[in-house]
This record gives sequence, structure tokens and C-alpha cells, in this order.
Amino acid sequence: MPATPDFDVAYVAKLARLNLSPAETALFQMQLGHVLEHADKLKEIDVTAVEASAHAIPMFNVFREDEPRAWFTAEQALQNAPVKANGLFVVTKVVE
Amino acid sequence: MKPADLPALNIADLQSLLRRREVSPREALEALRVRVAAIEPQIDAYLSLDTEDALKQAETADVRLPLGGVPIAIKDVISVAGQPCTCASRILRNYIAPYDATVITKLKAAGAIPFGKTNMDEFAMGSSTENSSVKLTRNPWDRTRVPGGSSGGSAAAVAADLAFGALGTDTGGSIRQPAALTGVVGLKPTYGRVSRFGLVAFASSLDQAGPLTKSVRDAALIMNAIAGPDPCDSTCFDRAAPDYTAALGKEIRGMRLGVPKEYMLEGIDPQVKSAVDAAVRQFESLGAEIVDVSLPHTDDAIAVYYIIATAEASANLARFDGVRYGYRAADAKSMLDHYGRTRAEGFGAEVKRRIILGTYVLSSGYYDAYYLRAQKVRELIRQDFAQAFAKVDALISPTSPVPAFRIGERTSDPLQMYLADIFTNAGNLAGICGLSLPCGFAQIGDAKLPIGLQLVGPALDEERILQLAYAYEQSTEWHKHRPPSLLGAATESVAA
Repeated sequence: MPATPDFDVAYVAKLARLNLSPAETALFQMQLGHVLEHADKLKEIDVTAVEASAHAIPMFNVFREDEPRAWFTAEQALQNAPVKANGLFVVTKVVE
Repeated sequence: MKPADLPALNIADLQSLLRRREVSPREALEALRVRVAAIEPQIDAYLSLDTEDALKQAETADVRLPLGGVPIAIKDVISVAGQPCTCASRILRNYIAPYDATVITKLKAAGAIPFGKTNMDEFAMGSSTENSSVKLTRNPWDRTRVPGGSSGGSAAAVAADLAFGALGTDTGGSIRQPAALTGVVGLKPTYGRVSRFGLVAFASSLDQAGPLTKSVRDAALIMNAIAGPDPCDSTCFDRAAPDYTAALGKEIRGMRLGVPKEYMLEGIDPQVKSAVDAAVRQFESLGAEIVDVSLPHTDDAIAVYYIIATAEASANLARFDGVRYGYRAADAKSMLDHYGRTRAEGFGAEVKRRIILGTYVLSSGYYDAYYLRAQKVRELIRQDFAQAFAKVDALISPTSPVPAFRIGERTSDPLQMYLADIFTNAGNLAGICGLSLPCGFAQIGDAKLPIGLQLVGPALDEERILQLAYAYEQSTEWHKHRPPSLLGAATESVAA
């Protein structure tokens, strides 16, 4: 992928916490290289005087009264947990 | 009317039968259930059906309500309390939604009965529904072809009379393109017109939910139920929505329709082009004035879209970490091993591709070159539309450059698949509203394939494009065509 020599799928996959097989890495390197080449045409557009738009239409904060509402019980919050015990999410060990 | 004939009705016609008490909500739902049982194996539109719960709701349905007793199919990216919400992904295979999305709360308040969760491209990423991790959905007009996507299950269900109407979501064309490829009506509302609360997020600045229906009036009826403010979504407009049926049937004489010159060039199937040209002439004969307009950044929209949509997706999909819900890889040795393998085993190829692209364009050193630049070109695209709408009331174009393509035809080249959305994703970037409705057929071999006409309007002008669409629909016969009769639809299987 000549247009994007710095694009390294294996490195980006680490940033994304996404393990890829060697075959996936090679395939995505090729396919996304083409997509990035296509995206390179944006570099030809003069955007110096343009302000980036985060939202397509003017957006303002929407406020609501700060009142308690019915929401999940602990049991409901845990209903989809892959592993749970004693009313808590069980996670993979993070400290040695 | 025989029960076996009920599923072919549109929402408005079903409603009149319900209100005249000629059919009960339970009978309507039962007739639909029987048809789904007979036809679904040929189409595979649904991922799950909660018949028991729906029948319970039908027993108490109030037919005086705006959608009282009408079953509506729901794309499996929208949360319905107590039902699966898998996004057609392995990572959410066992996930049960703990609450209703606001669009579901509003549908239920209007008396509708959510019935069935429809197949889709995994996390709404795709244009053919082939990225579903569960199964392929087939186009009812030709079962060797795709129904479009990502709301392909919703579109196929409506086209095959396996639903009276459906909800889909549209991030880059995912309501309009499958509507075009299956010959139904699909409306992507203005960004912010319909709440996104309870939708599983793909690209938060682009996603909108909207209806897929058998008629323009039905789309307006569903919009009446789902549009409007929501305190749970800060990007939702805080002004009440109008009555979208009010302008239906009013004359369109003197309205100005713009034909973007960039949309009618190379790459369009000749049969699509001639159908859209004929539709333009039809609008002219109805008294509309046709004006040539230009959207100079049309060619850049796909690149901008795939940078912004993947960037937002990579951030939104970070939540799928196997901790609080969803799939978790077994026997992780460390937290990094846990994340890396959970996501590797849980996501399909297209989702992985987009996470990689989105992570890259947001990563240190590339943010300005890709993401920031794309956001600036997005502003130029928005200005293109603003300038066009200073001259015209709406834009008219094909919805998709081609009719339904064959299953497997485009899966090997992601860029080719992305180009399927060339006429729709600029509308998401600009945040405006767009509608697709049938405008003819392409004859390819033995297959008769629907062609979709797109009407695009300025922000919050859904009323106008519905009015235009209704005028066209009522002056043509396209909406009366139905897919070739599907095998196994034996009426004798419908025992009362």
C-alpha cells in the first residue's frame, strides 16, 4: 500500500485491544490500504478556511430536572454479566 | 377477509379493519405468525420472535390509539425490554435488553406491538446483511440476491409480507438502500428528530432510526409515533414533531425539485437511470419544477464517511470488553489477553476492519490528517446541501446506483461494498432527511428487481418529502407490485 507507508495493522490492533491472526492482519493491511488510498483524495481539498463540524446541525444541551427516576436494580444490571458472584461482576485478575 | 390475506395489508388498511372490529389485534398477529412460520425459512428475515409476549399485548391492545394493535418488526440493534438484542453479533449472542429504547416506549404508547427482531449486518456495518454472524437474509424478489443492508431483515420482512411495517436504523443508507433493493418505502429522519436512546451505537453523529413500510402513509404514521423530544438523548430536538400525515394528498404544483448533476453520471445501472429519469418526468407532470443543482463534494462523501463512521465506531465498540455483558473469552491469562481474545472471538471480519480503520484515523500523528480533515470536508458537504436547498425544496436521485446484487458478489472487496452507499451517506453527513420509494423495476435475466427513488429534504422537512413521495406514489402503480409468490404460502396451512 504505497500511499500509506506508516499504516501498520499489527500495531493498530494492539491499540484497539483486538487480537488478529496473521492472515487477518495481512488481509486488512491490503484492503484497508486501498480504502486509505481512496481517502487520500481528501488531501487535495483546501480546508484552511473551514471550521470542522462535529454535528451536522446546531446542537444545544438538553436539560432535564435532576430528579431520581426508576432505573436498574443491581440484579438487572448484572443480568447479562458473563461471570458474576455475590452481586458483583467477576473480572479477570488485574494485579499480581 | 381471510386470515391468510391479512399479512399483505399495509398498516393503514389493517388499522381500518381493526377499528371497524372486523379483525381483532389477536387475529392480525396470529395471521402474521402463521405466515412467518410458512415463509420465513425462505427469507430468513428474523433473528428472534417473541410470540407469547406479543400475543399478550394483542389481548389488551387499544385499537383507538394511533397504531393500536399493529405489530411492528424491530431491527435487532434496538432494545426491546426482555427480548434479545444481538446486533447479529457473536459478542451479544446471549444478551437480553434490560430496557426499552425510547422509540419502543413511544411505539408501545401509540398502541403498536413490537413483534420480532430482524436480521442485519453485524452492528449495522454493511450494505447487504451478509455481515450478519447468524445467517443470510434473502431478497424476496430473487432469493439469490441480497436484500441490501444494514436493515436488510426489516426490509425483506416488509417486502415479503412477514411484517406490516418495521423499524430500521440508517447511518450511511441502511434504511434507504435496503428499502430500494426490496421495493418498500424507507425514511431516514433528520439527525436528532428521533431519539437514539436504546439503540446500540455505531456512529453516534450519524445514526438515526426510522420506518420501513409498504406505503408512504405508513411511514408517516410510524414517524408520528416515534419522532419527538427525549430527555434521555441530548442530541434529540426538544421541539415537538408535527403530524406527518397532514400534508399527504396536498398538491405539489410549483414545488422545486433539484437533480444533482453529480448523481447521474457513470456507474449507474442504465435501467436505474431510465427509471429515475421517468420519475423526474412524472414529478414534472404533477406540476413540480425541475432544477439542475450541483453538490460539488459528492465524490468525497464516501471517504469522509468511512473515516468519521469508523472513528466513532472504534470508540463506541470499545465498550464490548467482556466484563459487564456479552461474550467473554475463556481462561484469560491477563486483562490484555482477556480483551484481545474476547474481541477477536466476538467480532466478525467487517467489524474488526472498521475498528482497525477507526483506531488508526484517531491515533496520535494521524488524527489531523484524517479525522480532523474529514470533519472539515463534512462541513463543505453540509454547505453543498445548504446551497442546493436555497434553490429547491428537495433533491431527487437514485437511492442506489444498482438494483439488488447477488449474494457473495461484493464481499471480497470492502471498497466496492462501501460504494453501494454513494447516494445515501452524504445525507447522513449533512444530517438531513431522506426517503426511498419504489420507482420501477430492472429486468435482469429472469429476475424483476425493484428500483428505488430517493427524495432528500433539508433538516426537519420530513413533511415535505413525505408529501412529494405520496404524490408520486399515488400517481404511479409501482407500490402495487408484490414479490413473486413465495413457495409454501399454502393458504390451507392457515387454520383459523
